[in-house]
Amino acid sequence: MSEQGTDLGARRLEGRVAMVSGGLRGIGLATVERFVAEGAQVILTDLDAQESSEVKAVLERLGNSASYLKADVTSEDDWQRVLKHTEEMHGKLHILVNNAGTDLTGAVEDITMESWRRIMAINVDGVFLGTKYLVPLMAQSGTDVKGGSSIINVSSIMGLVGMSEVSAYNASKGAVRLFTKGIAAEFAAKQMPIRANSLHPGFVHTPLLNAGFQRWVDSGVAEKAEDLVAMVSGNTPVGRLAQPEEIASAIFFLASPDASYVTGTEIVVDGGYTAV
Amino acid sequence: MLSDRLQGKVALVTGGTSGIGAGTVERLAREGAKVVFTGRNADAGKEVADRSGATFVQHTVDEPSDWPELMARIAKDHGRLDIAFANAGSEKGDSNVEDISIEGWNGVIGVNQTGVMLTVQNAIRAMKNNPDGPTGSIIVNSSMNAHRAMGNFLAYSVSKAAVVALAKSAAIHCGNQGYKIRVNAILPGVVETAMISNLIESSEDPAATRAAYAGMSPLKRMANVDEVAAFVAYLGSDEASFISGADLVIDGATTAGMMGL
Repeated sequence: MSEQGTDLGARRLEGRVAMVSGGLRGIGLATVERFVAEGAQVILTDLDAQESSEVKAVLERLGNSASYLKADVTSEDDWQRVLKHTEEMHGKLHILVNNAGTDLTGAVEDITMESWRRIMAINVDGVFLGTKYLVPLMAQSGTDVKGGSSIINVSSIMGLVGMSEVSAYNASKGAVRLFTKGIAAEFAAKQMPIRANSLHPGFVHTPLLNAGFQRWVDSGVAEKAEDLVAMVSGNTPVGRLAQPEEIASAIFFLASPDASYVTGTEIVVDGGYTAV
Repeated sequence: MLSDRLQGKVALVTGGTSGIGAGTVERLAREGAKVVFTGRNADAGKEVADRSGATFVQHTVDEPSDWPELMARIAKDHGRLDIAFANAGSEKGDSNVEDISIEGWNGVIGVNQTGVMLTVQNAIRAMKNNPDGPTGSIIVNSSMNAHRAMGNFLAYSVSKAAVVALAKSAAIHCGNQGYKIRVNAILPGVVETAMISNLIESSEDPAATRAAYAGMSPLKRMANVDEVAAFVAYLGSDEASFISGADLVIDGATTAGMMGL
């Protein structure tokens, strides 16, 4: 039944080039895998060494459709390298997923200036720099695909609502939400063929979440991580956490031609957590 | 295969004889769903049915006594319900707060609010009885006017805001009950439906009216019906399995902020 090449075909990103930061694990990796399955050429970045076994394993699984670049999203030099690599390898870019991120919890009076600056650098500067350096190429590339180019900035439900001892993460993800609306309005006003939207996952089974839960256990908030999973599930109307694939499918929708009128908005994928 | 990602699913679309509803009927059918759709206009219903292969049932969405027969028919013909698109809407008799008549108010609230409530209520009752347990996806067609009310369309704006809360309340109820039924609201901007096209053509200066509608979005155009239908198909599919209780805007950045100088 596959209608390859049509908007309802099974490989709806055929001929498109995508870039995913933080692509080695969690939501980023699930997104890379989905994009490859949909026929896209994907560049992924992360902090792991180019020759690391993790990188090799991921690239082997993805075959010829993906390439990896070690890049720090807070570094302008690294983004220039990403741009150069993309231009040399593909000459175009249609999809940018600013996914790399980190978390930080703690009482506001205990957060050090250094750790505040670090989370802002990764979660906010990283999104800004990725956008800044890749937008000119995306504007060129966007004219030859239906729906134009698409930027998906991975925020969080913590960019929509506050939570105790999450203020720095809240601030960083809230910044991503409004940065995205600003660039969406800007691209549209200038008739640049780039859509921009923020994505707000709820609690997702990822290495970042597991590490965060473990820190809460270590600080005595809960006895074990399973208790935190049960607690969060209980507060989520659908009664469970998400799998990374369920976030990747929303990112794919925003990247696809089906979302050609979706720009400047926020897609919440949280199992109803913030509807309450 | 994504091309038939709705294969085996049964869908109900209210107000499916024209506009976003008709476009969604066609899209869901193209992706493999068996679609039943409703409306009051039998001629238009037949036309959409012939085009899409979907089944038309003449039906008034805010008439409670019209519902049992429709739902019995879906159960008898298909034995399940997976997707419900509460789409039927009206702005007939609407006006500003000073001038609206009680009949105008009741009419719009009846279709847009009570009609949506009855759709969601009946859909959940049907989905509860699915052979594989209580599963499904309900999509409520709200409007960007839920967030940005119009002065000259009081009842429309109010009802579209109300059904966002309705979708959230229903989503939480389904969660509380342990049903795997998701409920979401979509908030489209101006969509170029036949209704809007007629409005443009019958205005004093069609070109200026068209430009005014198109100019509301920073993208400088209205949405196509197909673009909204694609959004509904995505939310109806298992791809959106963790999206529930959300209000999702598809407005070409119209409500994202200010256009700037």
